[in-house]
Amino acid sequence: MAIRRRDFLKRAGLAAATLGLPRLARGTETAGIYDLERFGNARILHITDTHAQLNPVYFREPSVNIGIGEMAGRPPHLVGRAFLERFGIRPDSADAYAFTCLEFERSAGRFGKLGGFAHLKTLVDRLRADVGEKRSLLVDGGDLWQGTGLANVMQGRDMVEVANLLGIGAMTGHWEFTYGEQVLRDNLERFKGEFLAQNVFLTEEAAFNDALAFDKATGRVFRPSMIKELGGHRVAIVGQAFPYVPIAHPKRFTPDWTFGIREEELQKHVDALRGADKVDAVILLSHNGMDVDLKLASRVTGIDVILGGHTHDAVPQPIAVKNAGGTTLVTNAGSNGKFLAVLDLALDKGKVSDIRYHLLPVYSELLKPDPAMAELIGRLRAPHVSDWSEKIATPDRLLYRRDNFSGPVDELICTALRTELDAEIALSPGFRWGVTALSGQALTMEDLLAETAITYAETYVQEMTGAQIKVVLEDICDNLFNADPYYQQGGDMVRAGGLSYTCTPDGAIGSRISELKLSNGKALRASHRYKVAGWASVNGQQGAPVWDVVGKYLRSGRMLPERLRSGVTLKGVEGNPGIAEQG
Amino acid sequence: MTTTIGLRPTRRLILQGAASVALLGLGNLPFAPARSAANDKYPEEAFKQKNEADAIKTLYGKTAEPSDKVKLDAPEIAENGGVVPISVTTSLDKVTSISFFVAENPFALAASYKIPDGTIPAVANRLKMAKTTKLTAIVEADGKLYSATKEVKVTVGGCGG
Repeated sequence: MAIRRRDFLKRAGLAAATLGLPRLARGTETAGIYDLERFGNARILHITDTHAQLNPVYFREPSVNIGIGEMAGRPPHLVGRAFLERFGIRPDSADAYAFTCLEFERSAGRFGKLGGFAHLKTLVDRLRADVGEKRSLLVDGGDLWQGTGLANVMQGRDMVEVANLLGIGAMTGHWEFTYGEQVLRDNLERFKGEFLAQNVFLTEEAAFNDALAFDKATGRVFRPSMIKELGGHRVAIVGQAFPYVPIAHPKRFTPDWTFGIREEELQKHVDALRGADKVDAVILLSHNGMDVDLKLASRVTGIDVILGGHTHDAVPQPIAVKNAGGTTLVTNAGSNGKFLAVLDLALDKGKVSDIRYHLLPVYSELLKPDPAMAELIGRLRAPHVSDWSEKIATPDRLLYRRDNFSGPVDELICTALRTELDAEIALSPGFRWGVTALSGQALTMEDLLAETAITYAETYVQEMTGAQIKVVLEDICDNLFNADPYYQQGGDMVRAGGLSYTCTPDGAIGSRISELKLSNGKALRASHRYKVAGWASVNGQQGAPVWDVVGKYLRSGRMLPERLRSGVTLKGVEGNPGIAEQG
Repeated sequence: MTTTIGLRPTRRLILQGAASVALLGLGNLPFAPARSAANDKYPEEAFKQKNEADAIKTLYGKTAEPSDKVKLDAPEIAENGGVVPISVTTSLDKVTSISFFVAENPFALAASYKIPDGTIPAVANRLKMAKTTKLTAIVEADGKLYSATKEVKVTVGGCGG
């Protein structure tokens, strides 16, 4: 621990970011990394995309996160050394470990796991106590209720209890919607904070049938915003749920609701908050994804800060975006409980005069777990621990998921699907949640569930022609690399097992994917039918849940094939700082 | 050749559309006097055109210029390609017709509305789109054509966040 402590103290410290100014080196090396200089009169704490990871985790940030067109080379599309350089983070430091993929396995041994709600609780309470009563608010950007076996069997109820103890005052949603309306409403009954979403409306049919809505006149299903008095000023928090819920997930979960970015409705609402409600600041709590937020910030006026999530980008400093009304700052606060964002505001009458922003890694080894939260987590997990603690495999390599095209976790899932379901090709969604497992450490069912626990995990086997397979790949690739962020859904490329291809990200839909080949080296034929296995289909499926299929494969003593190849050759992105040397 | 135009579903759609627009209006003329090609008679030939440019040419006999006075509202990504809600409003004066074109549909012209004099030029519709397509709205005003376009993506789905 003493040695580790030294490792941490060498940390340069995440500097404060001020509007338009270069970051300043903060404090001396001996300063506690969580001792923030007092600034302003209101503090907003932001977590997002924790994916219900109650205990500290390993999570490797991506080595491939390519930006195309205007998004090329700008945050969040920087990885590895380019990321360190852009944000002035010292290589080989604790921050380099928290924010990038560099030297991940070696650093994991030095700096340990990040996150965990008991540790987070300690940090949140401390940062709130630092500013005093009625000056702080904790908000959650969504994807709080999904991501573990526990959250899945409890349908998010566990996370509502945790959220209440943590003191979340407002949240918005994404995976929360995949439990369906009834569960969502039941959970929100228990939630002590506000669930905010300006961009969820009743469908015309549902409105006609008098379905439940927060505001019948506008058709808004949920409260769009709340006004909170902080430090004697009025701060509006507007919620922006994930805009593409019924497209990215089975529509059966939200049949009565229609989503979308809803720029125009947002502008009207912000104008009303500024006008009639005379608020001093407007914060958008967004699950749009960072590229969408950056575009939105350039078009919608009157928002001071967008606290962003969805794309799981840990971006240490806000990005300032100019628009017709002034400047909007855009942030993104990472995932899996690794980070706590601290937004300090200097509020004046009707305006924010200055801000400080810190994205603090939650180093579990530097924080004492809060006893009450630790007790709650223990109580929630107790009924399931024995079922899920069985060791099912010992990985022979680092298992991570996050990357644009592939990762060992999904290669393992695809290999298991192909083997167990006897298919030539396997497809697995490009989720960005799911934790990292170190080589040589026991993998349990609980770990496997942390990669797979969703409400539509049924596997399928179906015949698809080569042409259909290409259409699917092209379609999903366009979700990732469309030059216009409003046409992106977030998430990464569908993972393909038993299939290799060439991808030209900087292309148009229909022309990005080429040279499709089966694992035997033969070209995929457009009219030939192939047996394809998969899971997480937006259409209802009947197969066993994917965790059972992968669990069976692993229990038989098999892991990944000897040689791992992602099977994707990239074209036209040489030198893109969204691609790192593997490290 | 005999055609019983009145029974064609597209014709009925147009008449219903025109009627509902007229209800919103201030004028008491359900059908404005003929002012242009679009208002003359049922544009049978235009509805038969496969590509957008041919459909516009057949319907109006001229081309449109893009205008920020035509406000086209449509989703970036359709939640259901079978019923995509779209709408158009415009601040242009002397509007006589509003038409929608779905470039990738088998027949590009989806609907055409006559706008009687004194009517608020606002039309909403739901269109079927088989695949990702350019959507064009054309407003005919004072004898000239103005357009707005938007890409509507019809996706096979899949998420990652």
